[in-house]
Amino acid sequence: MVETPRPKSPLLRSFRRPSVIPGFGISFGYTLTCLGLIVLLPLAGLVVKASGLGLSGIWEVATDPRVASALRISFGVSALAALVASAFGFLVAWVLTRYRFPGRKLVDAAVDLPFALPTAVAGIALASLYAPDGLLGSALARLGIQAAYTPVGIFIAMVFIGLPFAVRTVQPLIAEIDKEIEEASATLGATRLATLTKVVLPPLIPAVLTGFALAFARGVGEYGSIIFIAGNLPYVSEIAPLLIVIKLSEFDYGGAAAIATIMLGISFLTLLAINLIQAWSRRRFGYV
Amino acid sequence: MSEIFSPVAVPATKPAQVASEGAITRAVLIGIAVAFLALFLVLPLFAVFTQALSKGIGAFLDAFREPDAWSAIRLTLTVAAIAVPFNVVFGLAASWAIAKFEFPGKSLLITLIDLPFSVSPVVSGMIYVLLFGSQGLFGSWLIDHGIQILFALPGIVLATVFVTFPFVARELIPLMQEQGTAEEEAALTLGASGLHAFRTVTLPNIRWGLLYSVLLCNARAMGEFGAVSVVSGHIRGLTNTIPLHVEILYNEYNFVAAFAVASLLAALALITLVLKSFLEWRFAGELAHGRAH
Repeated sequence: MVETPRPKSPLLRSFRRPSVIPGFGISFGYTLTCLGLIVLLPLAGLVVKASGLGLSGIWEVATDPRVASALRISFGVSALAALVASAFGFLVAWVLTRYRFPGRKLVDAAVDLPFALPTAVAGIALASLYAPDGLLGSALARLGIQAAYTPVGIFIAMVFIGLPFAVRTVQPLIAEIDKEIEEASATLGATRLATLTKVVLPPLIPAVLTGFALAFARGVGEYGSIIFIAGNLPYVSEIAPLLIVIKLSEFDYGGAAAIATIMLGISFLTLLAINLIQAWSRRRFGYV
Repeated sequence: MSEIFSPVAVPATKPAQVASEGAITRAVLIGIAVAFLALFLVLPLFAVFTQALSKGIGAFLDAFREPDAWSAIRLTLTVAAIAVPFNVVFGLAASWAIAKFEFPGKSLLITLIDLPFSVSPVVSGMIYVLLFGSQGLFGSWLIDHGIQILFALPGIVLATVFVTFPFVARELIPLMQEQGTAEEEAALTLGASGLHAFRTVTLPNIRWGLLYSVLLCNARAMGEFGAVSVVSGHIRGLTNTIPLHVEILYNEYNFVAAFAVASLLAALALITLVLKSFLEWRFAGELAHGRAH
């Protein structure tokens, strides 16, 4: 054992396990200071503002028809978009890990595009593509679907923004699947479809659910890529984050804080669900 | 390599495809996946450049002759030049404390550092309005002392730091945890000072991970829209970053200029993706694990 060079204060020494490595006090202190000042204090300000309203005040804002409709649109469309993103995300992850084809690396890199492309840029690009006279908008119009300025547009933007979460959560787990299990299943006489649905898929379900929850949470909070294509008609295509911006510009801080609290509450429940899924998955399958 | 050589050389070693789908199914699935990605992800990126150049190169360049465009570019560069180094220092401190030492409450601390990622961008901006806005917690105190945070550079920097807060730390923490403390301990027992050990042992070990996280952090810092839009006040030529300038141009139906300025950010995104993929390919072993694919 190496001796600790300088005795620290008794509090720090009992708090952390002894180590020869220096710099715990300063790095830990700096971390907590930054975290406190930049993240925790401002978020506490939101909690203070919201608790000033009380549950009845928040409920009053939530049941305002325009707010209720915006929340319904944000959460409803996001759930639908996360569902589609999860399905196609699974397919993309499967194709990228299991099959070899020319341009695979390029396709793999393209999956991260929504992470890298600023939301406002994605927003105006989607709006111009799906506008009634746009490349895809005119094609959809011929099918009788109007995408821009309707919930369909919001749905498209949310699928765009949620897809990387769905792909990247499932992809490492598909790569880890033991091929021998599939071969065993096949040699025991199972058809390929039976092997996939009974052997391969079940252990992947927690990851798919996690990807769904992440895409869902991202879609609910998303602003930049949606507002341009949505057209923001109250009661039709107005999302909750936009309503926060409107309330702030009207100096209705209480109303904005109430909407934000409701959104954070539901997002928190989603995160909690993810953690429960992962804990359950660890117990059931031995990995996340 | 096997497909280059004639198939006769390998067939015996190639196991029967019992654990894969048939060739037709494979082709169809690849086709659907690639078509979906092309339609949903690549086409929007493509649209940015085609729209920007739709009226010719002259109209494209006109967008950059405006002084407002230049002040937006300057502001975005300034904000990134403050926010990114701040997050690098924070990330280094946080990962040093968390990865090199054992203490209770560690996973709670990591969760709190990750918190900004799960907050909506609009809410990220709003929390600063609640603190520093004219009707906010410190609003009247700030007005009395003539300090401007909201609708000015400090507010934009704060909101940007908030949304990019976890980027460096969450890359470096798992990376440093994987590397353990043995090398630093060796350096210290050989007589190096703590700072010397950090500079010559730790930093070289994490440099690619650090660069990787700085790339992603910078892309987000320069492209952030929601949070910055709430705190900036949209004052033309003063508090408009590039994404906000794009929004204003678009809302004024000045589409060519909007897409021309947006193409700057799209190019930044492309460069970021290329460098990121290069780092993942070349230095997979020196990034936090789970990234190699």
